[in-house]
Amino acid sequence: MTKPTLRQLFFQMFTISACTFGGGFVIVTLMKQRFVEQRGWLTEPEMLDMTALAQSAPGPIAVNTAVLVGWHLAGLPGMLAAVLGCILPPMLILSVISLFYAAFSANPYISLLLRGMQAGVAAVILDVTVSLGQTVLAQRSPLHLFLLGGSLLLVLFTAVDPLVLLLGAALVGVLFHRKEPVQ
Amino acid sequence: MTLPALFFAFLQIGAFSVGGGYAAMPLIENQICTRHCWLSADEFAHLVTIAEMTPGPIAINAATFVGIRIAGLPGAVTATLGCILPSCLIVSLLAWLYRRYKALPLMRSVLSALRPVVVALIAGAGLSLLKNALWQGAPVLSAPSPQQALLFAGAFLLLRRKACNPILTMASCGVIYLLFNLP
Repeated sequence: MTKPTLRQLFFQMFTISACTFGGGFVIVTLMKQRFVEQRGWLTEPEMLDMTALAQSAPGPIAVNTAVLVGWHLAGLPGMLAAVLGCILPPMLILSVISLFYAAFSANPYISLLLRGMQAGVAAVILDVTVSLGQTVLAQRSPLHLFLLGGSLLLVLFTAVDPLVLLLGAALVGVLFHRKEPVQ
Repeated sequence: MTLPALFFAFLQIGAFSVGGGYAAMPLIENQICTRHCWLSADEFAHLVTIAEMTPGPIAINAATFVGIRIAGLPGAVTATLGCILPSCLIVSLLAWLYRRYKALPLMRSVLSALRPVVVALIAGAGLSLLKNALWQGAPVLSAPSPQQALLFAGAFLLLRRKACNPILTMASCGVIYLLFNLP
């Protein structure tokens, strides 16, 4: 497991944050691709743990994930570098756009570009989902299959609060604590 | 008195928006339109559109946008700091707890039960983006937009088979769609 320098951490977060169109989970998928697969800074289970923690605390998921990853990789300075890298791109972009926002939001070229990007963003998230799903399937644990399938159905067909799902899963984890030895 | 008011308004948004993204919308609206009258309903609608069109968490986008309009650059910085301060504190505590207790058998059992649920949450986010991209609000049983479906299929295959760069893939989808639909 390699450790990043503060500068690397900042620039990685900065470029990731500058490209996260489409909500908090996009940043998580990009971080998985960069930090887990390319750089080896985190393991896949650690990334998923951090996503669960980020989701259960108040505040933007991207910022929460940056706090967790920053602490984990380089302590307090790492946390500050990661958070700064995470919030600077939206701050810079919004500062510029607030000067001429009416023209920006009415621009037909920009809205076409963004419309096309939606398909790409969906592909990126679902690509990561398939990889993560394969890891869960490979464990061959009936409990985990049930948790995956059950929560997927709830997410798709009900307006269940993600926090409720996570709390429920934590409870399941406590209840099956002895019966299900963890690899 | 504007800067402290900005700081505390966004502190509340940061502290009470659990679940990220659109869960924060009503809170933001309540603070900046109803309580403080910093934006009109019209301006708030602009803000939502811009937040959707730009990268980064909605709360950070809102903090920068409102801060700049109310008190210039210091306002943007103050509002953003207020917005992320609760995250930084609460999530730092979580990071510490995670580091300290993740090796406990009970904690490992809970974390391993959370992971499949996180995968389901990410899948749900990806599928709802896909639905939005391909059907644009039309019923899912109708035919999807052919261009978007092709873009998605192409991007997905490239990501899975060739492990293409996700950011490049997203951007190319946007550019291709723009080129084929030039007004």
